[in-house]
Amino acid sequence: MLMIPQVSQLFPGGDNIFSWIIQLIFAALFVAFMFYGQRIQVYIMLRDIESRLRRLKFMRDEGRKLAIETIKEIGKPQKDPTERVDRFLEYIAVIPQNMDPSGIVWKLEHLLDVRDVRFKDEVKLMAPEADEVQLNNLENTLEVAMVLNIIYKVIRHFYILGKKTLSLYIIMQVQMVLPLIMREAKAFASALKAFATGQPIGDGAGALVAAKLMHGHKIRKIAKDIVAATVPLEGRIAHVLKAEGPGGNVGKPGDGIRQIIKEAKGKIATIVMIDAALKLEGEKPGEVAEGVGAAIGGPGVEQFKIEESILKYKIPVNAVIIKQDIGDNVSPMRKEIFDAADTAIQRIKRLILERTKKGDAVIIAGIGNTIGIGQ
Amino acid sequence: MKEMTEKVEPLTRKISSFLLVIILVTLILSVSALFLAVDSYLRDNNIVNAGYFMLIGFIGLSLSAYMLLQTRRKPSRVAFEMPHVITTILCQKCGFKNIRDFQKGDFIFKETELCAKCNEKTMIASIYREVKEKEK
Repeated sequence: MLMIPQVSQLFPGGDNIFSWIIQLIFAALFVAFMFYGQRIQVYIMLRDIESRLRRLKFMRDEGRKLAIETIKEIGKPQKDPTERVDRFLEYIAVIPQNMDPSGIVWKLEHLLDVRDVRFKDEVKLMAPEADEVQLNNLENTLEVAMVLNIIYKVIRHFYILGKKTLSLYIIMQVQMVLPLIMREAKAFASALKAFATGQPIGDGAGALVAAKLMHGHKIRKIAKDIVAATVPLEGRIAHVLKAEGPGGNVGKPGDGIRQIIKEAKGKIATIVMIDAALKLEGEKPGEVAEGVGAAIGGPGVEQFKIEESILKYKIPVNAVIIKQDIGDNVSPMRKEIFDAADTAIQRIKRLILERTKKGDAVIIAGIGNTIGIGQ
Repeated sequence: MKEMTEKVEPLTRKISSFLLVIILVTLILSVSALFLAVDSYLRDNNIVNAGYFMLIGFIGLSLSAYMLLQTRRKPSRVAFEMPHVITTILCQKCGFKNIRDFQKGDFIFKETELCAKCNEKTMIASIYREVKEKEK
């Protein structure tokens, strides 16, 4: 198969028709990649997002299914709770306006209280036969299902938006952040069963420390969902507090600490707060670290209240943290974290021996979700 | 509770005919390139051209084989492993330890069944998850 010699010299392979076809295809591919390279990249990224989105959808659906099954099993409702669960999963909370930030903490607290009451009422209606502990666990299960629903919907939003606009920048941002989001979603998916069955989770490390200290002593309720006990510790009077277990609950430790300070008329030598904290990659789960400051997460309302209370009486506040990753934080407590509670207790004892005098009153606050942990 | 299984893709997957045509064209072109490589070497003894076509041929072949394998790949099924959670029951009097799987209703510091040794009340001392080596 011969070609025009002048033309055939342009391509290696000489005057052969096959070589000509191959060269033409390569030239066409070169031009196509030059003009459509970015678009091809966009399609590859979209495909990657799509496959992960399918996984997120699966997790969302499983979360919903598990929540419905658990409600039916525990709550024994007269009517099918599916519709109510679906409505719950779409629940929104509009955060207060912050143009004038003065007083926003109290507005936010009020909003969170309203949300909490509404959630509890909804769960009670869904599961009329459930007791208080089961209601708290069900509420937590539904909240996890809600988080999975939100994650799925947000990623789907950006996926569809990226598909519609074919904007490399929208798609690239989603694709880059997806591995971290998938990690979080997987953690929440594995948390579902823990919440549904009432197993202690990694976040409860602080509550576990407090529970170990207060166990066997007289327990009293001092604030909403917060219990406290007065415990003699290394010659000091320790007011130990935690959220009321064993239901899934974080309570209002800010109110608890404020109440104890008020009862002691401000005569508190030091406060020690114990909480679970996210570890950095490379750090071991269950590592205990200490420092100063109010160790408490959440939207910031409780931290604000604690800081306000301690400032009034200039009480030093110490933090003891138990490190774990996001997966451990919401999934059943791993052994290393359970064992770290004893290490944390040793640290607390050493801390109060060094920082306070004999006979002083101290507050020890175990922060975190107390699911599966009694007192 | 049922174990969660992640079905990433539906069990039966349709293969696009457009993709099949692309694979077929790539395959034909790759074989042609290989043929040209042999032809170029035998007829003209042109090693440069032969090598060039051989490279194109093998790249095309591997590309079409890869695409074909991708379409034939079975949908992946990944399971969310449910962690193994252990409850330790401790007798306050004799220290007898009973380790069993977590049961619904268990919580730390819950008073449970009577001790098998001294018939005293026992208490759940710990509930934790066992982490497999590969998770670490």
